[in-house]
Amino acid sequence: MGLILPGLYLFLQKLRKIAENRLRKARKMNEQTGGQIDEGGAPLLSDQDVGKQVTLGVDDPLRLDCGVELTNFSVAYQSYGELNAAKTNVILICHALSGDQFVSGVNPVTCKEGWWDLVIGPNKLIDTDRFFVICPNILGGCMGTIGPKEINPATGKPWGLDFPVITVSDMVRAQALLLDHLGIEKIFCALGGSMGGMQVLEWAVAYPERVFAAVPIATAPHHSAQNIAFHETGRQAIMADPDWHGGDYLSYDSRPHRGLAIARMVAHITYLSEPALQNKFGRQLQDRDAISFGFDADFQVESYLRHQGSTFVDRFDANSYLYITRAMDYFDLAERHGGGVLAEAFRGVDTRFCVISFTSDWLYQTAESRAIVKALNAVAANVSFAEIKSDKGHDAFLLEEPEFWKVLSGFIEGAAERYGLVSQ
Amino acid sequence: MMTDAQKRAIRIDLQLIAEMVEPGSRLLDVGCGDGALLDYLHHDKQVDGRGIELSAEGVNACVSAGLSVIQGDADQDLDDYPDQAFDYVVLGQTLQATHEPHNVLANLVRIGKRAVLSFPNFGYWRVRTRLLFGGKMPRTNSLSYDWYDTPNIHFCTIRDFVDLCDQMGIAIERGIALDHNGGELRIGSSMRFANLIGEQAVFLLRKF
Repeated sequence: MGLILPGLYLFLQKLRKIAENRLRKARKMNEQTGGQIDEGGAPLLSDQDVGKQVTLGVDDPLRLDCGVELTNFSVAYQSYGELNAAKTNVILICHALSGDQFVSGVNPVTCKEGWWDLVIGPNKLIDTDRFFVICPNILGGCMGTIGPKEINPATGKPWGLDFPVITVSDMVRAQALLLDHLGIEKIFCALGGSMGGMQVLEWAVAYPERVFAAVPIATAPHHSAQNIAFHETGRQAIMADPDWHGGDYLSYDSRPHRGLAIARMVAHITYLSEPALQNKFGRQLQDRDAISFGFDADFQVESYLRHQGSTFVDRFDANSYLYITRAMDYFDLAERHGGGVLAEAFRGVDTRFCVISFTSDWLYQTAESRAIVKALNAVAANVSFAEIKSDKGHDAFLLEEPEFWKVLSGFIEGAAERYGLVSQ
Repeated sequence: MMTDAQKRAIRIDLQLIAEMVEPGSRLLDVGCGDGALLDYLHHDKQVDGRGIELSAEGVNACVSAGLSVIQGDADQDLDDYPDQAFDYVVLGQTLQATHEPHNVLANLVRIGKRAVLSFPNFGYWRVRTRLLFGGKMPRTNSLSYDWYDTPNIHFCTIRDFVDLCDQMGIAIERGIALDHNGGELRIGSSMRFANLIGEQAVFLLRKF
């Protein structure tokens, strides 16, 4: 007995040392590589500035596709420019999976430029001196609109997985409620890329009388098996993280940062093209002259992806990621509005469409956009379609693409002229 | 937006086509190029116009000019459109470049209440004499390619075209031959003469 106790003590001391060493190594690696391991528990998205916020569903609840009714829920949004007296100069921007309402200027959360600051602002392509630009944070998001990290009034705890599964149609109906709340009847032009494009399509089909012009960019009328497969991989990474706690991580004061970072890394690959990755990184090594014969980030592309993953977890909620990717997977415009025939979904829609795709986008390929155009032609709808030559992959719509901008600007000008919005 | 000078500069066959179109109508221009006709018709005749163009440069130029144009091809994409969707479907100097002109023609009069076409006339006397006396494939103003690099793969004469319309049950409402100087000659009783002096032809058609 006299030997056992000191022996146990020494053994435990040894264990503690091993654990400390591992932690130190992990921290060091984290610093070197731009973040790979996160211990969780950091304050996330709690007291941040989400911009303007309204409470909707006060008188009438929002009935979701899954059957649940949402009442008194918050929707955050940003707006830029002035609404004119006739309320005819409204441009709605629909953001993508990992986007938010801060399209222009500086995003107060990331302290970086808004995600479409290249395009939207005073005297820019979408001129906020001329148009009233509004961008709501989507339903299920994590930037001030109701989502799984908000408090469930029924329990007083964060919704977590009790949050109802939402669809792209639900997102759009919530946006319609927001516009009702703001007294805006009609949108001059709705624009969005990727999942934003899905919302734009849903807007035009669900509320054709409220949308004069629509620009779905780099998007699809439904998710392909490959799209769903990539999303499922991301979701599984999140759910496999022990810090996820069955979706209840907020109660444990932890965050599934590793899972979410991996989900982001996988997704990020799908946003780029093979030539873009090759040109940017090739096989170049990261801060070293030779391979390390280990699993550190030897290659620049590894370091880049780790960085993408680790910065994403600071601004995004893991459960939101699950819900939003699910909504995208469920999106099927033909099934929902056309009895399985896409053209039927567009019947009677007299919105002016401008469908835009990019040659190197393998996530939402040109063929998907062409299917939208074919369906629009089948009902003789008013449609423009341009495939832009670019090697930047799916993300091309967020980047500097002069040909894309020329087409976009021309379409908006042409639509504005026909809508009676005189250029200043 | 086009200046008056630019408007005047639209191709002679396009001017003739534009004259045949009623103001305020719905029109589809197949092979609309840089959109000159659509732009002209929008501004001068308040036409609700759409276009299909094969080249990406043409499409981007059109959309950048505010015109509703898609990238597509007369052989492939006309099948998508419903019957009688437009008042007019225009095919300017494109029929001879299609793979199946008869199917394209059938689609034009199906989609449009009326179809307006222009095409180079292979019966034009300069074409005939170059082949007869020169023994070489003809090259004229409206046929400016060499035989090996021409996109024009299905030539016809005015008489061939009129025969095809007869066979397909397509009514010719107007037919005009344009001579080398843009002079107009109505294609009717003087068909053989028109077929000889017409460098190109413009037809207004509808299904019987």
